[in-house]
Amino acid sequence: MGTITQIDATRTVSPAAPGELIRVEDVHKYYDLGETRVHALRGVTLTITRGEFVAIMGASGSGKSTFMNLLGCLDKPSSGRYMLEGIDVSKLEKKDLAVIRNRKLGFVFQGFNLLARTTALENVELPTLYARLNKDDRVRRASESLQMVGLGDRIDHYPSQLSGGQQQRVAIARALVNSPAILLADEPTGNLDSRTSVEILDIFQKLNDGGLTIVLVTHEADVARFAKRTLVFRDGKVRRDEPVKDRPRAQEVIKTMPSIEED
Amino acid sequence: MDLVAILRIAVRALARNKLRSSLTMLGVIIGVGAVIAMVGVGQGASKQVQDQIAAMGSNMLFVSSGTVNRGGLRLGWGQTKTLIYDDMKAILQESPAVKTAAPGGQTSAQVVFGNDNWFTNIQGTEPQYFDIRDWPIVAGTPFTQAEVDSSANVAVIGASVRQNLFGATDPIGQTVRIKSLPFKVVGVLNSKGQSAAMGQDQDDVIFVPITTLQKKLTGETWLRFIVVSAVSKDATYAAQQEITSLLRDRHRIRTGQDDDFMVRNLADVADLADQSSRVMTMLLASIAGVSLIVGGIGIMNIMLVSVTERTREIGIRMAIGATEGDVQRQFLIEAIVLSLIGGAIGILFGVGSSLLITKVLGWSVLISPLAIVAAAVFSGAVGIFFGFYPARKAARLDPIEALRFE
Repeated sequence: MGTITQIDATRTVSPAAPGELIRVEDVHKYYDLGETRVHALRGVTLTITRGEFVAIMGASGSGKSTFMNLLGCLDKPSSGRYMLEGIDVSKLEKKDLAVIRNRKLGFVFQGFNLLARTTALENVELPTLYARLNKDDRVRRASESLQMVGLGDRIDHYPSQLSGGQQQRVAIARALVNSPAILLADEPTGNLDSRTSVEILDIFQKLNDGGLTIVLVTHEADVARFAKRTLVFRDGKVRRDEPVKDRPRAQEVIKTMPSIEED
Repeated sequence: MDLVAILRIAVRALARNKLRSSLTMLGVIIGVGAVIAMVGVGQGASKQVQDQIAAMGSNMLFVSSGTVNRGGLRLGWGQTKTLIYDDMKAILQESPAVKTAAPGGQTSAQVVFGNDNWFTNIQGTEPQYFDIRDWPIVAGTPFTQAEVDSSANVAVIGASVRQNLFGATDPIGQTVRIKSLPFKVVGVLNSKGQSAAMGQDQDDVIFVPITTLQKKLTGETWLRFIVVSAVSKDATYAAQQEITSLLRDRHRIRTGQDDDFMVRNLADVADLADQSSRVMTMLLASIAGVSLIVGGIGIMNIMLVSVTERTREIGIRMAIGATEGDVQRQFLIEAIVLSLIGGAIGILFGVGSSLLITKVLGWSVLISPLAIVAAAVFSGAVGIFFGFYPARKAARLDPIEALRFE
């Protein structure tokens, strides 16, 4: 996997370089709270290429969550540009942003965010529903996606019948079902024990090996080291941007951990 | 997004809170049920009135003698003595819109048969009266024109008189005494029931030849009324005009002077009765409609609660690609499903209570398919109308805020 990473220093609009997936140019985000203006992002410029595995780190209030919401097209920058696969997302309407979220992005959250009283299969099916696929395609793709995360035998289980790790895997399957260009994970291991966390990171690494671009937000350095590149946010700016050295393989790490049978 | 999937989501969401959903539906159920039952009651009453008016006779006009003004004292209809038999003959000859006519005189008397007696209404007329009133003879025959001409003591009795005076005895050929005079019963009339206009028993009557009535019972030389049959239903208005101008002419009433008679067109009476029952139906339906609106407000209330409760779900759906339209549609369909199921149960409830009203109260209730369709459509419309705002509210949620919602 190519890990060509660079900070675009020039701030000029250049045509998307081959393999370039995300280009963020001088993005600011501020919220007006009455008379005071809160700056969450103060000029972020970076690019992410296809096949990268980026960990975004930072303390709370560093702007990493705001940046994640922008990357996830849940929010629009106050100024600056955000190009996703050559599309200027910052200029799109709400409706089109929903379509981008549906087709190009996959979300994994800390709290899993599965719909209760809805089976694993139906949860995974949801994005395909909004992609307006027909019933047969929906079920086929949802079950394929569940198989990919190793839950092919639990498609009829409800979230309440699944462990935390299994729920997160359902969430990953849901994020992948529309074959997105990028997987966005916001503290995906925050609610999981350490062994299960590594298992989830193992899934991420394997997906990344398969060519999927992943952006992961975490405040734990232990988690970030499984990525290929870390961005550290502080006070609304990227303070550090460096490749990870001596990246461990989650698969290997699991073997060294005491076995707690989860299933 | 395909409708089957969206409907399944809606039904499942509603099934999650069964008690709440059914209580919400109850408002619509009562509303729709009340609309159907009330419209049924109204239309049943309307139909009954129309049937009764139809039973009064076809294309009928009723000419009655008029009021009189004696030094400022006005005495009401039937007081003038100017309406006479020759007026009727003139109407028959000169009014082309008139088919037939029969004279009418009236008194009341104690009627005696054997040991029984009965106070009833005695009317004098001619045989064609029964045709004009569309009133068949069920036993015996009507009296003949020859009997009218000879002032014979013959009588045709109404169903109530027959029942009260004769019981099981066959009345035909029997002799009754009216004001001490013997009358031979020649015919019995079919039962006509209560009159639509006054609610009196139309069968409590004895008909005798007009000549007999005038000469032997009342001594009157004038007529109380003339019953006229127009050539067709449409001709009743023309007949009314012709008779009015003819009688004004014959009675030498100058322009500007009041008529000394009154011509009533039964089509008018029918229209009036129909109109009043229509107004009643509207009134009942709108009262019931109010309860349907209250039911709709119940839906809106619950949908708003539901949107708040499911804020996080809405956030998730938006994050994975639901557009505002998708979210709005989902909640709107939920409201519509709620109101349509309520509407369907309400229809059953309405039909059921209509049948119950018929059975228990004995009112005739007419369940019209139109009212059922209208109730179904209206309940759907209630769902759309009252579901729209909550759905809009859901769709307008900010996905980031919604995802953060605990």
